[in-house]
Amino acid sequence: MKLILDAEQKELAESVREFLAGTAPMARVREIAESGEPYDGRVWERMAGELGLAGLAVPEEYGGSGAGHAEVAVVLEQLGAALTPSPYFASAVLAANVLLLSGDEEAAKTYLPGIAAGTLVATFAVPAGPGPVARGEVLDGSVPHVLNGADAGLILVAADGAGGRGLYAVEPGAPGLTRTPLTTLDLTRPEARLEFAGTPARRIGPADAGEAIARTLDLAAVALAAEQLGGLRRCLDTIVEYAKLRVQFGRFVGSFQGVKHKLADMHCTLEQAESVVRYAAWAADESPGELPVAAALAQSYLGRAYFQVAKDHLLLHGGIGFTWEHDAHLYYKRAKGSQLLLGSPRSHRADLAERLGLLA
Amino acid sequence: MTDLDEYGRRARAWLDAHARDLPREADLQTARAFMAELYDAGYSGITWPAEYGGQGLSAAEERVFQEAARDATMPVGPFGIGLGMCGPTLLSIGTEEQKRRYVRPLLRGEEIWCQLFSEPGAGSDVASLQTRAVRDGDAWVVNGQKVWTSVGRQADFGLLIARTDPDVPKHRGITMFIVDMHDPGVTVRPLRDMTGQSHFNEIFFDDVRIAPDQVVGEVNGGWAAAVTTLLHERVSIGMGATRTERPTSFAAMSEAARSRGLLEDAAVRDQLVDLYVRERALDLFNARLSQEVRAGIQPGARGSVAKLLLAELLMNGADVASEILGPDAVAYEDGEGVVARALSFAPGMALGGGTNEIMRNIIGDRVLGLPREPQVDRTVPFRDLKVGTQVKEAGA
Repeated sequence: MKLILDAEQKELAESVREFLAGTAPMARVREIAESGEPYDGRVWERMAGELGLAGLAVPEEYGGSGAGHAEVAVVLEQLGAALTPSPYFASAVLAANVLLLSGDEEAAKTYLPGIAAGTLVATFAVPAGPGPVARGEVLDGSVPHVLNGADAGLILVAADGAGGRGLYAVEPGAPGLTRTPLTTLDLTRPEARLEFAGTPARRIGPADAGEAIARTLDLAAVALAAEQLGGLRRCLDTIVEYAKLRVQFGRFVGSFQGVKHKLADMHCTLEQAESVVRYAAWAADESPGELPVAAALAQSYLGRAYFQVAKDHLLLHGGIGFTWEHDAHLYYKRAKGSQLLLGSPRSHRADLAERLGLLA
Repeated sequence: MTDLDEYGRRARAWLDAHARDLPREADLQTARAFMAELYDAGYSGITWPAEYGGQGLSAAEERVFQEAARDATMPVGPFGIGLGMCGPTLLSIGTEEQKRRYVRPLLRGEEIWCQLFSEPGAGSDVASLQTRAVRDGDAWVVNGQKVWTSVGRQADFGLLIARTDPDVPKHRGITMFIVDMHDPGVTVRPLRDMTGQSHFNEIFFDDVRIAPDQVVGEVNGGWAAAVTTLLHERVSIGMGATRTERPTSFAAMSEAARSRGLLEDAAVRDQLVDLYVRERALDLFNARLSQEVRAGIQPGARGSVAKLLLAELLMNGADVASEILGPDAVAYEDGEGVVARALSFAPGMALGGGTNEIMRNIIGDRVLGLPREPQVDRTVPFRDLKVGTQVKEAGA
């Protein structure tokens, strides 16, 4: 079990952090968030091209650099800290993983090089409940929440067919496909509702891709936890700095126990959150048997932890924290959006209960 | 295999051979014999300097040994205060003579130490202590009372802090001494705590004479010495934490819920999941701290994080356990009171070695670097403070 970063991983974190600070500072994040653009195309191009982030965990034979999930977690931590709007999670995490895990060599060869280069932005539409229905290679039904669903150049869909839940690829211009962008609380992360009405789709992998889909969702849970950790840490760092500068009643607010003790509790949360995320990322690479429990643990812990810290971070700023101009609400909204992105905390805890054998 | 892996392998082999069948609550004779064996095998005082009887190794070896010893039963309870707090303090600021005289017997379990800090009127605010030490010819004469003293009844020596100058601000008039617990002026009375047992003692000093060469550190410089000890205390509690047996662990409680047919209840399952998440998150944090130490990063005040989280986990565990056992948790036949004992014990970890509020202050001040609270008693002579029983005098 490896719970601390090695020198190379620290270097990766530092280079991503510097890149984001230079190319996507908060002012730019706000511009994008309020513009209706899903993300900054030039930043994405450089992230994928110059830094090679989109193909980090894609095997070399498909044009990636073959690193592990622990490295993806390092990148996501920085993206979460900077709130960078990008299709990284949809394309490089969800879509790339499900393609790889489907075992469909031909599909991997067709799509992964583009995904790794960042020239193809893909997403994975996976409903929590019953999904679209596949009759042969035609889809009917809808998926209510799809990350980058309106702008993705390739849509992978989990749909129920004769042989079980399968994986299907839908082209953006396919007939019978309706993409409705949703208004999202978190302006930095676009979602859309996708509807399929007799939409032609290409099946990828076996008729029953249930296992690949489940494992993709576990990996996504770990990746999301890393992103949440980054945001949590940034919130805590920011509010600690503020508490050292802001004076009220003739004292630095950080010297009041009411504030100090809350910050201490937030730090305890961070220490545990980081430990849980490192463990889950390690399990994703090194101990597949532990992954289901580790993934459910990571979402059970991080979802609540990040929102709690983001909320306290906003509140401890006082009235200024409630203004549109302050960044606190962006983190608050990202934390809430992330908490619900892969299902509610309740559903992750129910999964955890099942995986711990409490239902047997 | 690295040297550290090899070290861990040998430690586990030794522990398997020597610490498998020992009762955790061994009698004192068994415990002393074990300490001597531990010392002779080279596992007592792993990081302590070799010239005073230690092994002169690094914190990495210490952590490796701790991990190896996690599941071993080592009856080292009576020596915990000496090993965790008094010994490290002597090594930090004791005189050459004190180190040569006291450290080796402490490491071999030949002499037991206790820590004489807390007083009835000075708990979290340790520096408000009122026990006095007055210079009288060739000795210091001590009068006063201490409380919450672990292993006071067994102890041969105590590390005492007493007021030696009431005319200066409270932090500046304190001195640390080594006191012989067998001195006729020392009276030890067991103190029954809320578990019904006597883990602690109260200690009375009546004209106890202490030779000047038993001063630890500087005369009137005892506050700095005490802070040294308290830092060691938290690291010691934090590190020992993972060894604590938990009758209210997730494993124990899910078994209890299963046998009572309560796993059908979604509310019970959710509480169990919550307990699992807390327990696992703390275990993983402790494991990460260990890996950091092995990589050469010292935890410092982050030991207070582990202690605070453990205190909260124990209280949460007791809550969950009582939900699962219901009325059986509080009224039971002899021998079935695991949860009742856990309920009684739970507040202890949130108080001993500094309250949760003090831990939060430490995390805020030393880990996050937040500005300190203004302290009005930093500049007032101790004599003029309203402190403990001194309140009435000051008001008169």
